[in-house]
Amino acid sequence: MSFPWANQYEPKQPFMQWVDSRLPLPRLVYNAVGAGYPVPRNINYLYNFGFLAGFALIIQIITGIVLAMHYSAHSTLAFDSVEHIMRNVNSGWMLRYLHMNGASFFFIVIYFHIFRGLYYGSYKAPREVVWMLGVVIFLLMMATAFMGYVLPWGQMSFWGAQVITSFFSAIPLVGEAIRTWLVGGFAPDNATLTRFFSLHYVLPFVILGVVILKIWALHIPGSTNPTGVEVQGPADTLPFHPYFTAKDFFGLCVYLMLFAAVVFFIPNALGHPDNYIPANPLSTPAHIVPEWYFLPFYAILKAFTVDFLWIPAKLWGVIAMFASILLLFFLPWLDTSRVKSTAYRPMYRIWFWVLIVAVFVLGWVGGAVAEEPYVRIGQIATAYYFAHFLIILPLLSFIEKPLPMPNSIAEAVLAKKPGLSGKHDSGPAGISPGAVVPAE
Amino acid sequence: MVRFIGFGAGLVFVLALIVAALMPREATTPDPIKAIVLHPREASFQHDGPMGLGVFGTFDRAQLQRGYQVYKEVCSACHSLNQIAFRNLRDIGFSEAEVKALARQSEVPSINPSTGEPATRPALPSDKLPRPFPNDVTARIANNNALPPDLSLMVKARADGQNYVYSLLTGYDKPVPKGHEVPPGLNFNPYFHSANIAMAKPLNDGQITYADGTPSTVDQMSRDVTAFLRWTAEPELEARRKTGVAVLIFLAILTVLSYLTYRKVWSGVK
Repeated sequence: MSFPWANQYEPKQPFMQWVDSRLPLPRLVYNAVGAGYPVPRNINYLYNFGFLAGFALIIQIITGIVLAMHYSAHSTLAFDSVEHIMRNVNSGWMLRYLHMNGASFFFIVIYFHIFRGLYYGSYKAPREVVWMLGVVIFLLMMATAFMGYVLPWGQMSFWGAQVITSFFSAIPLVGEAIRTWLVGGFAPDNATLTRFFSLHYVLPFVILGVVILKIWALHIPGSTNPTGVEVQGPADTLPFHPYFTAKDFFGLCVYLMLFAAVVFFIPNALGHPDNYIPANPLSTPAHIVPEWYFLPFYAILKAFTVDFLWIPAKLWGVIAMFASILLLFFLPWLDTSRVKSTAYRPMYRIWFWVLIVAVFVLGWVGGAVAEEPYVRIGQIATAYYFAHFLIILPLLSFIEKPLPMPNSIAEAVLAKKPGLSGKHDSGPAGISPGAVVPAE
Repeated sequence: MVRFIGFGAGLVFVLALIVAALMPREATTPDPIKAIVLHPREASFQHDGPMGLGVFGTFDRAQLQRGYQVYKEVCSACHSLNQIAFRNLRDIGFSEAEVKALARQSEVPSINPSTGEPATRPALPSDKLPRPFPNDVTARIANNNALPPDLSLMVKARADGQNYVYSLLTGYDKPVPKGHEVPPGLNFNPYFHSANIAMAKPLNDGQITYADGTPSTVDQMSRDVTAFLRWTAEPELEARRKTGVAVLIFLAILTVLSYLTYRKVWSGVK
């Protein structure tokens, strides 16, 4: 623990002393999510999404393990076995809808989490590794979600698999061979379904492993906070437990209410009706679209419509789509501004919101048919996406004059300047030196 | 170094996109079918609950039974209902004895237990509803090369499925727009995605005699069979909503308590 003022674990009960001196698990928990982990006191509700993401992953793993007990990974049985789960397995419909919508909600949470990271500069030193592990998790999630969507073996499952795996055929010379190897044939079939099921089962545990690494890396510098000023002393922090366990639990309850409202009342609102039609290799759907959470990337893929510099348009699209995610790995070095929080970056703030708008536009275009004006709008939004990260961000660091920043988190909380602290429900200002100690 | 490479890559991407955006587009003629195809009409059902919100509504059992009668006497000539077994009909209000009687009316493939030769036997409640055709090839041959789709999930497999099914069944009497040619063997229906559907008008006024004496107008039969197909697609609908209300009440109380806890824990701060 890099915080000199962090509480050291001192087991009170003899039993815990006995355990801790043999297996220091109580110590680990205490330092990871207990009173031994000091957290910046001013973090706002956007900082709840990390915990929520972990919770969403656990929901997916538990519901997924039970679903796998009833599912048949065979191209002639898969569709009917999902319907068997929906109709004949006790509460099977609930498990299946929880898992199906749980994926969507996992992505909603992750997108908020990434938004938070971008807005408060969570990727900057000394948290580059935390950020990069997050990008690894995001990539693993995308692979897992894509393969999971194939498992019900509906029309969108099959044709989605057909479209996504055909990306690899864009690679010159060896592309078609790679695609055939990945798919296990010339078109998606039983071999594809069984390998996707196997990988869909194992990847979440890989994600879990990376999550543990990420939490480990996070605990070295601790969280960022809305001021972007690093923690300087005990007055700036509160122990994780009970302050942030209580806050995270409240956030979790609100999240579960929204989740339950969708699962129990509009469970198919986020899906595509075509996936309730069994897969048919001889009938192409009129309009193949991926799940909603992939639409911005699908729009980037479709934006490249001309052969440019002797590279075919299809290959451009595939390169750009992968680049749009991989460039996030380099974000800590593309944005060299020392100021973390967007609240103190007047120019970056504008470009940041333009980026958010561009991503929403890409999502909208991604779901639309490939016609004008959608194609041109998608091309402009894609151009902005790349320009933002690769051109604007590096230049901005040189041009921009940041606003004056508070000297410490405690000072910012005390001053209660609007926009500096995310907490609006705090009582009258007036901090006592003993405030970091739990009241009871 | 990262910034220089990134800058270069960024410029190339942006340039490729600008070239693509400036490229003149081929003139496209709008698809004339799009102007003809209509959005589904709104139909209201008891199971959609107050204001159609779908929070409390339960199925009208009498309507589902009428819908089953329409399916059995009309639709089942061509369309299968593969996901439904006779025993499921208990859910729509048939008694155990009625289900057994309904099942016995159908013969299902079996084997002769003494010779092992293919045979048939009367269906049991655990059997799925019989299929109209043994396979897709016979189905196509009997239907002018069109394949009648399975109806179990139809309401979930179409956008705005419930209104779509109802609109399609009641949409056959719309006049053919001027200039629109209906190919031979197809029928005009503006609610179908291509406006030309292989299925001929299936329902006509007075076609069937409802056991409960309800007049069998096209609208009534369409409504009833649509409700029935909503049930075949979502047999869990009532249990799902009931569970959902209980879960939300529980979570609402938990949310209030967790908020009060949060405020209490933080009351000593600042």
